[in-house]
Amino acid sequence: MRQIAFYGKGGIGKSTTSQNTLAALSENNRIMIVGCDPKADSTRLMLHCKAQTTILHLAAERGSVEDIELDEVMVKGFNGVLCVESGGPEPGVGCAGRGIITAINFLEENGAYENLDFVSYDVLGDVVCGGFAMPIREGKAQEIYIVTSGEMMAMYAANNIARGILKYAHSGGVRLGGLICNSRNVEREVELIEELARRLGTQMIHFIPRHKQVQEAEIRRMTVIEYSPDHPQADEYRALARKIENNTNLVIPTPISMDELEQLLIDFGLLGGEEEYQKAIATLPTAAV
Amino acid sequence: MAQNIENIKDHVELFHQPEYQELFQNKKCFEGMPTSDLVGETAEWTKTWEYREKNFARENLVINPAKACQPLGAILAAVGFEGTLPFVHGSQGCVAYFRTHFTRHFKEPFSAVSSSMTEDAAVFGGLKNMIEGLANAYTLYNPKMIAVCTTCMAEVIGDDLGAFIITSKNEGSVPKDFPVPYAHTPSFVGSHITGYDNMMKGILSCLTEGKKAETTNGKINFIPGFETYMGNLRELKHLTAALGVDATILADNEDYLDSPNDGEYKMYQGGTPLVEAADSINATQTIALQAYSTTKTRDYIEKEWQQKTAVYRPWGIKGTDEFVMALSEATGNPIPAEIEKERGRAVDAMTDTQAWLHGKKAALYGDPDLVMGLLQFLLEMGVEPVHIVVSNSNPEFEAEAQALLETSPYGKNATIWGGKDLWHMRSLLFTEPVDFLIGNSYGKYLMRDTKTPLIRIGYPIFDRHHLHRYSTIGYNGAINLLNWIANTILDELDRRTIIPSKTDISYDLIR
Repeated sequence: MRQIAFYGKGGIGKSTTSQNTLAALSENNRIMIVGCDPKADSTRLMLHCKAQTTILHLAAERGSVEDIELDEVMVKGFNGVLCVESGGPEPGVGCAGRGIITAINFLEENGAYENLDFVSYDVLGDVVCGGFAMPIREGKAQEIYIVTSGEMMAMYAANNIARGILKYAHSGGVRLGGLICNSRNVEREVELIEELARRLGTQMIHFIPRHKQVQEAEIRRMTVIEYSPDHPQADEYRALARKIENNTNLVIPTPISMDELEQLLIDFGLLGGEEEYQKAIATLPTAAV
Repeated sequence: MAQNIENIKDHVELFHQPEYQELFQNKKCFEGMPTSDLVGETAEWTKTWEYREKNFARENLVINPAKACQPLGAILAAVGFEGTLPFVHGSQGCVAYFRTHFTRHFKEPFSAVSSSMTEDAAVFGGLKNMIEGLANAYTLYNPKMIAVCTTCMAEVIGDDLGAFIITSKNEGSVPKDFPVPYAHTPSFVGSHITGYDNMMKGILSCLTEGKKAETTNGKINFIPGFETYMGNLRELKHLTAALGVDATILADNEDYLDSPNDGEYKMYQGGTPLVEAADSINATQTIALQAYSTTKTRDYIEKEWQQKTAVYRPWGIKGTDEFVMALSEATGNPIPAEIEKERGRAVDAMTDTQAWLHGKKAALYGDPDLVMGLLQFLLEMGVEPVHIVVSNSNPEFEAEAQALLETSPYGKNATIWGGKDLWHMRSLLFTEPVDFLIGNSYGKYLMRDTKTPLIRIGYPIFDRHHLHRYSTIGYNGAINLLNWIANTILDELDRRTIIPSKTDISYDLIR
């Protein structure tokens, strides 16, 4: 059994990319998806519905996580993919990080990890606290795929995630499997992400072109693989799935400095004048790995 | 002055002096306390069925649960190993509480350190505390092993012990080959018995890594569980020695918690040698004396070590018979005459006293395994358990206890109250009185309110000395249980018949 995790900036299309890829991977593998996002939308396209019953929601209702059974929170979706959502508190209250720890412990103790080829964790935007690093602890996900695009903030987040992986890589087995470029039609995007990948010591494992078929499928709460299996976009996800399946290029990342990242963007002509530069700096997220 | 140097009044007398009485009266007025009549009236009301129903309908409040938190169990497991220092990753206050708790029960010093996490650690993570804490603990206290567990604080912020310990070793806090087993022990999950289980599993998996040999060493491992009767460890050693069992106790905290006073303080007393513990992976089987404090450990032993495990609770005659026969079967050695004699003595004692216990109604509370053991013995004596409260219950225990109760005609009036607390027990004792209550020291408040005689068996026992030195298991343990229970009943009988020319017609010399 291989355990993988998808990380990336919020809104980058992480859940869409991961579900489409896993749907493709499920054509010849047994898979479980563990959604680690309080919004609980990591399995929506697999189940054709918004937010299944989450572990934490049910635990809160019953009083304790010990009062719930595995089959109440684990649902079979498209192609028999097992779907679990950790869930978590409403924004602004409680502790979502602890929620992820609780949920993953629950799954382990109840034998959810049996008879599987792949377990995939879909983790929210930034690794903001220890709880969000739970999926990359020893014995959990050993391969991380970072979903990014050629936009500055996405690359900034990717670099930050690489720093998080580095922190855990020396004490455990977690490795970076590659960058997935989910195209935003930014100029020279392929070259840019390939260069970023090179600097991080990894590979751009796949470039997913932008196509409205993804949205067409998504609005019907489906993956492209299910909605239009013969569409060329479906083949893109299949290609990525195959690359992940055969991936042996697992590395300890070499994150770069902020200056280096900015220089990279300047070199590729993204940061034009001083004004744009200041704007970009002003909007940098402060919470990071 | 209430206190005079020529005649120092102790705590019991001091507060009855006029000065203090006046002070209490003033305080009552100042705080606007209700009148004694109203307090009395309300107290009476709490004795009714109506109040009991309200009490049992409460959902969002727990009053005096009979359980403690995970790290307490974890560090009890840790000190059973040779030269082991328990290290609690979290805030200092928690660890001070654990040490105090054990010291109050065992009247022994108890060493455990913390990584002293404060607010900055809560924000930035406790890695720095771990690195420095391990280095300090290693340098100052010179342990052979440091067993790490956590408090709630470290758990909420998601500190990853495995990664932290490796990083600390890389930073040189302790040598790379120095054993630092760990267990995540969030107190908001489970209870002290869960913590014991987690730590035991953590220590065994750390020590036995890579030690699996081609052949077994012919030994049998014994896991006592969350055991606070040091006499039980002695009884276990006595029984295994008598049966010729080559035993490894995982872990043996007897000397640590009942250490001889030879005038010199030793921080690490006795304990299972680390080499022997490491070799436990090669034993022929593992026998646990408790089920619910060893669930994960037994599961781990079966799956990872591919070793047979079993649970025996040698409480009472039948329980001890089964245990002794299992040992005899495992070793091929006959049961020695010495043990048969002990059995005979216990049976004789039980026969001598059974008239006083038969048909008596009892209430009891405690950890699931303790309650199972007590039930085994009580039913053998013909005592009728009525109220059974287990705050840290679980469905398997409740099914097992129910099945046991159904094997005996004396068990048919019993109700198992899983997840309930001592305030529930109070209502039960008022509305359906029993002849005696078995529990830890906290039961004394129930005794005060309900006048039910309390027999102290369990943990913690803070207000009576030396009980932890005795055994509750084996044939000898059965005699101790009988002694405590029967003599409390007889003391109570004397108290009830002590009024001259009124009740003393039954104040008999011979009982």
